[in-house]
Amino acid sequence: MSTATVRKRRIRIPYRIAMEPRLEPVPAWMPPLVSLAAVAAALAVGAVILVLVGGNPFSTYAHIARASFGSLGVFSDTLVKATPIILVGLACSLAFRMRLWNIGAEGQFMIGAFGASTVVLAPLLPESTPRPLMLLAMIVAGTAAGALWGLIPGVLKAKLNVNEIITTLMLNYIAISWNYFFIFAVWSEGGFEMSRVFPRNAWLPRLADYAQQVPLFRGLTTHLGLVFGILAAVLVWFVIYRSRWGYEIRLIGDNPRAAQYAGIPIVRNTILVMMFSGGLAGLAGVSEISGVVHRFQGTISPGYGFTGIIVAWLAKLNPLAVVVVSLLFGSLILAGREIQPSGIPKLIQGIILFAVIASDVLLRYRIRLSHVQEA
Amino acid sequence: MDPSIILHSGIATGTVLLFATIGELLCERSGILNLGVEGMMLMGAMSGFGVAVSTGSPWLGLLVAMLVAGLVSLLHGFVTIHLQADQVVSGLSLTFLGTGLSLIFGEGLSKAGTISLLPSFGIPLLAQVPFFGPILFDNHNVLVYLGYLFTPLVWFYMNRTRPGLHLRAVGEHPAAADALGIHVYRLRYFYVCVGGLLAGLAGATISLAVSPGWFSEMTTSGQGWIAVGLVIFAQWNPLRAAVGAYTFGALRRLILDLQGPTSLLGVRNPFFYNPYLGFFLQMVPYAFTVIVLILGSREAARKRIGAPAALGLPYVREERG
Repeated sequence: MSTATVRKRRIRIPYRIAMEPRLEPVPAWMPPLVSLAAVAAALAVGAVILVLVGGNPFSTYAHIARASFGSLGVFSDTLVKATPIILVGLACSLAFRMRLWNIGAEGQFMIGAFGASTVVLAPLLPESTPRPLMLLAMIVAGTAAGALWGLIPGVLKAKLNVNEIITTLMLNYIAISWNYFFIFAVWSEGGFEMSRVFPRNAWLPRLADYAQQVPLFRGLTTHLGLVFGILAAVLVWFVIYRSRWGYEIRLIGDNPRAAQYAGIPIVRNTILVMMFSGGLAGLAGVSEISGVVHRFQGTISPGYGFTGIIVAWLAKLNPLAVVVVSLLFGSLILAGREIQPSGIPKLIQGIILFAVIASDVLLRYRIRLSHVQEA
Repeated sequence: MDPSIILHSGIATGTVLLFATIGELLCERSGILNLGVEGMMLMGAMSGFGVAVSTGSPWLGLLVAMLVAGLVSLLHGFVTIHLQADQVVSGLSLTFLGTGLSLIFGEGLSKAGTISLLPSFGIPLLAQVPFFGPILFDNHNVLVYLGYLFTPLVWFYMNRTRPGLHLRAVGEHPAAADALGIHVYRLRYFYVCVGGLLAGLAGATISLAVSPGWFSEMTTSGQGWIAVGLVIFAQWNPLRAAVGAYTFGALRRLILDLQGPTSLLGVRNPFFYNPYLGFFLQMVPYAFTVIVLILGSREAARKRIGAPAALGLPYVREERG
């Protein structure tokens, strides 16, 4: 009797969704396809939200595409935006591979920019320094500053087991205040929120500088930082997948206990990886300040450090894929500057990240829809 | 630089952190780490203020703020509980999503003007107690008093009631809890949602009472992250969380007040004569969070207490072990 009453009250859905763990490895074509589908789904969800707030998703997305890939000129601008994202994405990929949650790339980026600026503004080198030496000094100073900013949470994590998520994030806020102090109190030009413009020998060479030799390059702002990004991607790929150190990093990331029993120095690797990661993010700061902004100012990043997290995840922590994914996000940031309301690029990034991690379930499980017979 | 004023407004500011920290604490106790507190607080602050502006009722704003934040937290719940995705990354996406949504829907809200705030009042007899009375029980908004009641209640719920025992069981050993007939997934969804509701309440506490208005991302200015840090410092104990939250509240107020007077303790106040030094003062809450974490981690290591054993791990039924 009682089962009969229960059956009456419940609406019975004749289908059931079952998740079966995949026992065999998924085919190689599947992960990229799933990621692609996830991004497409995310853009669709973003479109629905755009409609809800009264926007037009087609014109918004068309605008993003046109404003970032429409011509050689804007594509060059997309590359400029992608450059810091590549470096920051690599910084995150490396740390995440060891399951070290460095979400302080934004702060390391800022401090990297600060480090490079000290060379010019303090000044550590006279203004007449030859260009290669000046640039080299800026790169070294900025990368070292970023590495130092990564070293702090690295040491705290390794020696005292302090949660690196919180410390890296807190150091972001500290870095921003630190920079603002120097912008306003020390290097300000006329009390404004910026320093004087760097001398030309502190600028990274841009394609446009060679317009006399190659007319096609006229007005193209892509700078040498992109080369750093691509070289760094190859280097990090080599480190992670082809070096002994990378093997240690991957082993610690996959199974810290096994790594410990195998005698892999976890403390040392934690500190080293955080430094390396911070250094890459710092280099991104150098490239941005010396290749694009050409002065020290407060607003040098529309959240590159956070975008790097998404890029790393979307690229499945593969350094070479980071380069490709960075282009997508470069275009989002480039076009995003003109999109109103200002939260849309951030929203789309959030939805993409959600979609990508949610889609991972398809790689681990087979989803089955089965018909349930009435008993 | 009156200490009683600093403590008084520190209590009010600390109430924001209190709700957010305890919400995250309950969620983590069930085994789910939710790093989306900042995003959920922004959603709460924005929607609470928006509703209060358009309906004129701060109470309705408060309710909507909690519901909205609770709703977005369920997304994190679904992705981490059912889809077993990485909780760190999912929480980060929630922060992006919440920040983005609140910026979009909050467009123009910063110029929306004034609203009627949640009521402030004193507690008749208690306010007369010397020194502590005026600080704790006079002219506070209603949420501050709610916070006083809330903390011991949560402690009692967690440590002295059966549902509280279930909560801890699910966070420590979900498989054992499951074997005893506790519905692990359902409880985890519930506490993720509770965390969301409280983060929304924290956000609305800012925008409807403590510092009314909508100032985009500056409304919360990283307090959601500080709350996540405070949970670690609190060693997942609501009473310690309250101590941390109020201390931070007082610290935030102290920093504001330090720049006011021309002399400090009888010497020239450098923060008054060089306002740029204020940037270093702004670092203090964040630096203090790091220091507090260091202290908390050392103590946790010494006493061998700390995180719920299953924190951050997805629970899969067929892999019972």
